[in-house]
Amino acid sequence: MNEAGSSTAREYMRVAIEHTLGDLSLRVSFALSAPWTVLFGPSGAGKTSILRILGGLIRPVSGRVALDGRTLLDTATWVPPAERAIGFVTQRPTLFPHMDVAANVGFGLSGLSRLLTRERVAQMLQLFHAEHLSTRMPAALSGGEKQRVALARALAPEPRMLLLDEPFTGMDADLKVSILEQLTAWLAERKVPALYVSHDVAEAFQTAADVIVIDRGQIEAHGPAQLVLASRREQLLRQLGVG
Amino acid sequence: MDQQAIFLTFRLAALTTLILLAISVPLGYWLAFGKARWKPLVEAAVALPLVLPPTVLGFYLLVLMAPRTAIGRAVSVLLGHPLAFSFAGLLAGSVIFSLPFAVQPVTSGFRSVDREILEAAELLSPRPGKILTRVLLPLVRPGLLTAAVLAFTHTVGEFGVVLMIGGNIPGVTRTLSISIYDQVQDFAYAQANHTALLLLGFSFLALLIIYRNRGNASV
Repeated sequence: MNEAGSSTAREYMRVAIEHTLGDLSLRVSFALSAPWTVLFGPSGAGKTSILRILGGLIRPVSGRVALDGRTLLDTATWVPPAERAIGFVTQRPTLFPHMDVAANVGFGLSGLSRLLTRERVAQMLQLFHAEHLSTRMPAALSGGEKQRVALARALAPEPRMLLLDEPFTGMDADLKVSILEQLTAWLAERKVPALYVSHDVAEAFQTAADVIVIDRGQIEAHGPAQLVLASRREQLLRQLGVG
Repeated sequence: MDQQAIFLTFRLAALTTLILLAISVPLGYWLAFGKARWKPLVEAAVALPLVLPPTVLGFYLLVLMAPRTAIGRAVSVLLGHPLAFSFAGLLAGSVIFSLPFAVQPVTSGFRSVDREILEAAELLSPRPGKILTRVLLPLVRPGLLTAAVLAFTHTVGEFGVVLMIGGNIPGVTRTLSISIYDQVQDFAYAQANHTALLLLGFSFLALLIIYRNRGNASV
């Protein structure tokens, strides 16, 4: 993780959004300059909504989102989800149930020959220790296997940013560590940043270069993991219900 | 058995089914995912043939198709003959009469697709055509099969609308159900029994297909 954690001055993404969802009034503004940023906060704080807005699945009331200097959203611009070059893995794996694993992973690839598509799919499955699953149907996979395939599918089109909404929930601890290592190395090699929603303090320390603490739709802290998590340890544990 | 009526009925049912499937996919998609405020109006209009007496529907279609109306005149010019008491008129009536039987299963199919699966597809492909053909339609396939079987069988069993719009012209508008009616009027009960048995067996087979398909889909 250290390699991915070595922060650079490069600004990957700039976000300023205002949105209302039921009782939640979301009002956040931040810039991502670390390769890994953990979005941290209690349930209902607005973490998933932020990810969905960045992915293009929710249109906020107002705001501006730019990735690598390219505007994805403002008053005059709306880039559809698939044209944002953003990979998104949700907590519940949503594989296409009628396609086998290889077809799922290859779905987002376009403009490649059959041979190159097969090669890319095989590479991605290998990255997540899932090459033996390629001909299986999603119904025949365990929860952890489905999640690994979902990760492979999100990375196959080589996105410029990865959004992860607690994708390792329920996964075996050793496998999680191994996959996190592979994933961070892959992202670091391609200089692709990840914004990662987690409830797990240990995971945040393990992966994060930066942490954004959010509560009730507002950002409460944003900075290097060691600093933010250490200084707010008591408060965070209380918020997460473990204190 | 009236071979001409059998051929005409199945031709009418096949064409009606094809037209209804072509209409049901975009209409069902819109009814499932559209957000227009006037959507209930369209839903009610589509479902109307379910509750309306066939003779009422047939009567209004007959009036609409009359050469005195603008629509009737336009269609007469286009086809070279009036729509009423023709196979084309029968086809138009069948499509309207069987519309809910095709649209509702397809709409339910679209509504049952997991919203997150659709979002996953939207995140991965910018091409709506690819999402429709490779993700949505395969997931809606049981609904499409139910729509096709119901539209076909419902058209085969039509009576009221057929009689109002098409009359009873052998080889042009006389379908199997009209043929049974004629046979009974002529006291040809044996013939009527044969035709009725054919429709009974066919309808049972069609329902069997739907229920088997439903059973497989839920496994």
